[in-house]
Amino acid sequence: MIRSEILREIAPILHDQLVVCNIGLPSQELHMIDDNAKNFYMLGTMGLSSSIGLGLALSQPKTVISIDGDGSVLTNLGTLPTIANNVADNYILLIIDNGSYGSTGDQPTYAGKKTKLEKVAEACGCENVVVCQDVDTGKTLQAAIDSKKMTIIVVKCDSGNIKLPVITMDPVVIRDRFMKAVAS
Amino acid sequence: MSIDKKIVDDMVANGISFVTTVPCKQLAGVIEEVDARPEIFHIPSNKEDEGMGLCAGAWMGGKRPAIIMQNTAIGVTINTLATLTQYYRMPLPMIISYRGELREPVACQVEMAVHTKALLAQMHIPTYHFHKESDASELDAILKYTFMCNKPVAILTDASFWGGYGDQ
Repeated sequence: MIRSEILREIAPILHDQLVVCNIGLPSQELHMIDDNAKNFYMLGTMGLSSSIGLGLALSQPKTVISIDGDGSVLTNLGTLPTIANNVADNYILLIIDNGSYGSTGDQPTYAGKKTKLEKVAEACGCENVVVCQDVDTGKTLQAAIDSKKMTIIVVKCDSGNIKLPVITMDPVVIRDRFMKAVAS
Repeated sequence: MSIDKKIVDDMVANGISFVTTVPCKQLAGVIEEVDARPEIFHIPSNKEDEGMGLCAGAWMGGKRPAIIMQNTAIGVTINTLATLTQYYRMPLPMIISYRGELREPVACQVEMAVHTKALLAQMHIPTYHFHKESDASELDAILKYTFMCNKPVAILTDASFWGGYGDQ
């Protein structure tokens, strides 16, 4: 499966949660599949989905899912020790690991070569690191939500993209409706 | 009252309860004070752009954040300031150690010091420069201003403000 197929499959699970979604195609895909106020779309700032999600999880009680990519985690690798050492049991980092920089044309990442992000996360001190195949993403994510334990999920899937438009919503509108959903 | 305690008192009085820090010798006392306060969740960052991401999340979660960093980090965080903090219109007080100013012992620090105010001006970031200890009397008003206008705001604190770098 490619990322957009996974997002389509897990959209009913994501629908009830606060979601911080990675820059580029992941946000565009989620926006197309199930746009709602509980989605925070990143329009820029590659690498910070996990940091924004962690800050949000540490600051209020609702479950937060950061959707990230292997390339974006590599961009902000310092996030993993921060996550490990500041446990928020309402936080899930969902890394869609397709071994490529999808939004820029599927150039290979080091995670698609020798680097294993799940081992990096464990070495950083993350306690619940789960690796799953694309077809198992839904049940793995639901189990992580139900566990009420901070969890890092690394989903192994195929690289590939679908054609779709950019998000034209104003960033302040995205942020404002998201904050209202957080506070509701 | 120590200046470290005064700075953190002003932060707490303005409802700041989520502070991320990257270590600095000049700001060590402030960081220690932040860590000791029960009203503040202190989360050290590995890099300042990561810290700004944490602050963005904290603010959307209902907390007032702040970041403590060195001016060298302006070079690291331009993209984050533009595409996250400013683009989504979020408040962020940045309490910054202004290395490379008078009484600086390390020559390389001057190389970013000469760019610091120009970069902040280019980014249209309101900037305040604490040079004498009495300048800190404006901190309370600066913090209120930051959360009034929802912008990143820079507070540069130089070695003279701290009583010299390395010769305190």
